[in-house]
Amino acid sequence: MTNFLQKQIQIKGKAYMYLALATVVVVLLTGTIKAAVGFLLVFGIPLYFMEKMQDYATTGERFTRYIFLVISASVLVFLIAPVLIIMPLSFNAEPYFTFTDGMLSFDAAAYSTRWYLDILHNGMKAPEAIDGWWSDMWNNAQWIRAARNSFFIATVSATIATVLGTLAALGLSRPEMPQRALITSLLISPMIVPLVITATGMFFFYSSIGIAQTYTGVILAHVTLGVPFVIITVTATLSGFDMSLVRASQNMGANGWITFRRIIMPLILPGMISGALFAFITSLDEVVAVLFIAGVEQRTIPRQMFSGIREQISPTILAVASILVVMSVCLLTVLELLRRRSEKLRGLSPG
Amino acid sequence: MTTANSSIDQADAMPLKEKLAKTTAIQRRRAFLLTLPLVLFLLISFVFPIGQMLFNSIHNNKVSGVVPDFAVAIQSWDGQGLPSEEVFEIFVKDLAKAKKVREVGRTVGNMATRINYEMPGSRSLFTKTARKVINIKQGPYKEALIKINEKWANPQVWLTLQRASHDISPAFYIAAMDLKYNEVGEVVQADELYQIYLKNFIKTLWLAALITFICVLLAYPVAYLLSVLPLRQSNLLMIMVLLPFWTSLLVRTTAWIAILQTEGVINDLLVYFGVIGEDGRIQMIYNQTGTVIAMVHILLPFMILPLYSVMKTIQPTYMRAALSMGSKPFNAYRRVYLPQTIPGLAAGTLLVFILAIGYYITPALVGGQDGLLISNLIAYHIQKSLNWSLGAALGAMLLVVVLALYWVYNRLIGIDKLRFG
Repeated sequence: MTNFLQKQIQIKGKAYMYLALATVVVVLLTGTIKAAVGFLLVFGIPLYFMEKMQDYATTGERFTRYIFLVISASVLVFLIAPVLIIMPLSFNAEPYFTFTDGMLSFDAAAYSTRWYLDILHNGMKAPEAIDGWWSDMWNNAQWIRAARNSFFIATVSATIATVLGTLAALGLSRPEMPQRALITSLLISPMIVPLVITATGMFFFYSSIGIAQTYTGVILAHVTLGVPFVIITVTATLSGFDMSLVRASQNMGANGWITFRRIIMPLILPGMISGALFAFITSLDEVVAVLFIAGVEQRTIPRQMFSGIREQISPTILAVASILVVMSVCLLTVLELLRRRSEKLRGLSPG
Repeated sequence: MTTANSSIDQADAMPLKEKLAKTTAIQRRRAFLLTLPLVLFLLISFVFPIGQMLFNSIHNNKVSGVVPDFAVAIQSWDGQGLPSEEVFEIFVKDLAKAKKVREVGRTVGNMATRINYEMPGSRSLFTKTARKVINIKQGPYKEALIKINEKWANPQVWLTLQRASHDISPAFYIAAMDLKYNEVGEVVQADELYQIYLKNFIKTLWLAALITFICVLLAYPVAYLLSVLPLRQSNLLMIMVLLPFWTSLLVRTTAWIAILQTEGVINDLLVYFGVIGEDGRIQMIYNQTGTVIAMVHILLPFMILPLYSVMKTIQPTYMRAALSMGSKPFNAYRRVYLPQTIPGLAAGTLLVFILAIGYYITPALVGGQDGLLISNLIAYHIQKSLNWSLGAALGAMLLVVVLALYWVYNRLIGIDKLRFG
């Protein structure tokens, strides 16, 4: 440890001196020690992590590099902090959206899991009852009902989107495809067209044919919105696809279905699964179409959060949000593993 | 022997070309057939509904559907003075008939609302008259109607009725562009108080541009850092970009409410570090600032990812070459590095701008009053004020801008180049 510190001072001794000087200036200007602590944190950490530069690097270059690191680190913190900050907040014992003094001094009494219990209890007829607690929770708790709706709609629509999207991607990546550019841009357009416009159009049309405020209507809308993601991921997997494999299989007498089942599908499966996950998460996160098309029966988690944020803001929303963040971490891990597998299958990277 | 040979040659040579054409045609058809189910699906679930909505923006039969005979009769009026006695008679009879209708969309109330859009304050004229018009048993109808309400002697009412009797009319686009018809039926600028749509449209474009610009500023260094770091470290930092990208939009918006509100984390920190006093807490949410901050956070990954994928392909040797030949670092960056990142910049900029101008959820939740964008106005007209044609007209204007940008994106970058992660 001392060795490491010695090295640090040896390489960046001057820089640390300047930092100390700047901190003193900050103290003199603001008159508080706290501000200096904040200043040291923001500018000290990137300096600590700055790597050794070539000996011939000028002071100007070192300084530019350092400022660049400070900016990049701040942007990364800006990106990740909001996602992480809601987790401790969701364990707040008080019904506030902010850190209480007790939480800051790590008082165990200031933390509680009451908002996580509230996810289960909210809407239940008798949260304290022992008899029939499970069925009461399963059928009446608002968030549980919303979660059931969300997962049902997302599963069905992701399945349909994956089947239709994979078929279309197979067609689009064939060299003989006529009007490829036009059809691709049509199939991707649900991602580009503002959601309000899509949802408005669907609201009118689905109402006129009587599927507004039904699961069918919401699922159709979510398939539409999920399809572009499937197309993009599956086409990406197919871009490195060796067409001679198909010809070889046909040469050996395999028909179209067997070729697809035994040759194409194993190779594009990672792309299909990540496409399906994209479609799944799109549906799980979608709220505009749900706002326009769904009725009370089809309330999903995002819909419930939307009204929660608008009407009675309570840390229950933060608890739900934390659970969703944990879920996205899991999904992200799965996707990363799939990506690696896909690259390995296509021989793009050694490991 | 020779004849047989040549005939075989001929028999083979001719069909070969045809055969090729035939096989290509089959293959083209096969490729197309694979996309057909999805194309049909999207045509029904997506393209047709939007087309129908666009049709709604120019089509409105709230007058001709309620007083059909009158809608035909009024067309013969030349717009001078008041319409003739016969037109009045048809109007009174149609109105009396319409009073009994209960079908949604065909009531006198629907027509009154339609006219009210163009003549604010005229709604009660129709509903009240409709109640009394049953008592008019015989002519002269003109005098009888004016006796019920003297506003019927105002030619402007009849001009508006005549205009609104057309099922197809540009009236809602005129309203959407902050214009109106004046007393004699000319298109003029609307009153200051009613000029909201064009202003909001410009504000939306301006905020989207601002958000895109901030995204470029923030994304550029991060994308550069990710592209030059060794794979192991850059993968780790990439998680910091991808995790928010994968997190629910509502979760992120909620987080920003927790952070930015007056009792929130940022204000607490500022107070703690003594930058502001306890009573000087800054209002950072439920206004434009909140919208911009939250939207930058949500759209930033859409800028970082395309920039990163372009920067990854740039050879570091170019910069070293420029530097070794005596270029100043800034000049080398400006003339060698920056031009190579233009494709990524263009892709990110267009994508973020396109997504930003159509944004709805975040402004609706953290925008307060002045942070609302055009999408929120469209949703307001569709869900609350129920002026569907005006909402559709605003939507059509937004759609034109978005599709134009989409076309540019396709021409410059190609949508099939889009990748996630």
